[in-house]
Amino acid sequence: MSMFYSDPNAIRPYESIPEGHKAGSVLERTLRNGEFAVTSELNPPDSADPEDVFAAAKPLAEVTDAINATDASGANCHMSSIGICSLLTRTGHGSVYQISCRDRNRIAIQGDVLGAAAMGVRNVLCLTGDDVGAGDQPGAKPVFDLDSVSLIRLIRTMRDEGRFLSGRQITKPPRLFIGAAENPCVDPIEFRAERLAKKVEAGADFIQTNYIFDIPRFERFMARVRDMGLDKRVFILAGVGPLASAKAARWMRSNVPGIHIPDPVIDRLEKAEKPGDEGARICVELIQQVKEIAGVSGVHIMAYRREHLVADILREAGIARTRKETV
Amino acid sequence: MYALRRFAVRRSRQFEWIYQRLESVLVALDPLLSRIGYGRLERPAAFVERLAKGLMFDCRMCGQCVLSSTGMSCPMNCPKQLRNGPCGGVRPGGYCEVKPDMRCVWVEAWDGATRMKRGEKISVVLPPVDRRLEGSSSWLRASRERVANLKESSESNRTALARAYPEARHSAPTSAPLTDETRKEGAAR
Repeated sequence: MSMFYSDPNAIRPYESIPEGHKAGSVLERTLRNGEFAVTSELNPPDSADPEDVFAAAKPLAEVTDAINATDASGANCHMSSIGICSLLTRTGHGSVYQISCRDRNRIAIQGDVLGAAAMGVRNVLCLTGDDVGAGDQPGAKPVFDLDSVSLIRLIRTMRDEGRFLSGRQITKPPRLFIGAAENPCVDPIEFRAERLAKKVEAGADFIQTNYIFDIPRFERFMARVRDMGLDKRVFILAGVGPLASAKAARWMRSNVPGIHIPDPVIDRLEKAEKPGDEGARICVELIQQVKEIAGVSGVHIMAYRREHLVADILREAGIARTRKETV
Repeated sequence: MYALRRFAVRRSRQFEWIYQRLESVLVALDPLLSRIGYGRLERPAAFVERLAKGLMFDCRMCGQCVLSSTGMSCPMNCPKQLRNGPCGGVRPGGYCEVKPDMRCVWVEAWDGATRMKRGEKISVVLPPVDRRLEGSSSWLRASRERVANLKESSESNRTALARAYPEARHSAPTSAPLTDETRKEGAAR
């Protein structure tokens, strides 16, 4: 593991960024070069051992442009996203710092954004967050001081105007590539593109979508996105992932908020001899299909507890690339 | 009340009209309201507003009413109090992630906005709520802010100069004045 953990004392100085870039992260460079980007989600440890983060990151690090660190997703407690991202900057790998509005108010968030940027984090993802009732601590007080859209605008204000929301000046603004989420396949389907437009207007540079299992729905969404010219203003990464079994798919559909899985997908898993392999095969097909849709700039792979499959899935989908660059 | 709240969204166009009239009346009454004093009016106005909007829209008295930008569906009824659109957890058929029996207030909002004359206002990015204003009258605030806007636009010629020459404004304020000395005390707007 020590080889992966490249320089424990590496604190990157506050440096200038390439012309025309917002943050100069690997993810941003990949996207601006017109290459097909790959991001993936890390399963956050329930532990205080940094080695657990490095172990979780290892299968993803060489095959992705950035690793997303979830912020208590599903309202379940795990190691914080800012902690994970800080550790990942020390390995030299790019990360996406996920910020949910559920647990922290504007004072905490603005401080954390500066802290993360100082640690070398270059990408953020602004999320509303699942309700506290969905997780392991349903008695917690939900915060929701901001929403995902006002959070995007807040970070853009910090970055581009060098000011806190209060108007107070930031002497060295954070350099961040600002991301947002979209869920193209769930209700209100007819307004999802409009909602995306609002996020772009607020300042989003890239979008990572929730799981896409319904290609026709996603195609209609992307057609609307292109009609509105949004694909020219924001990079869109389609969210995909390997399902473990029909049972797991049904469970996700009814228990995880905002997941739409069409019945034919579940039928395929049901009939397969090895449902795990079939799930990976479906994921490969989905990647190949979304890659052909105009306006899609990359994929975001959410392989919860199946991270070891990501490299193979990318290879079979024909989009594997080895990345040696840092942050 | 849930039924009345949904009725207001179905009749969003009519409610938009009523709201516009109410606002014009309040703006027109500004000289009178200023003379009485907005501070003195605050409590009775907030009392009436709480009753009327509580019944009609399940108003939570955030003090920064945006009903006419949200299809007449109050976003503070969203369990996450989102001010800029639905979250990603909306259930099939447009129901709330947190309260499965309730229609998503943002599905309702977008529906209401499609019937409104100025429904496109729903796409404006709104700032987070200022929690200090909770419980205060949004009607009085709307009127005051509208008056402030009108003043600013009628004075835009003069303020434009100060804005175009910020350094002069800073080093030699008299060269780019902002204080209105041309308007006489009590003159009609």
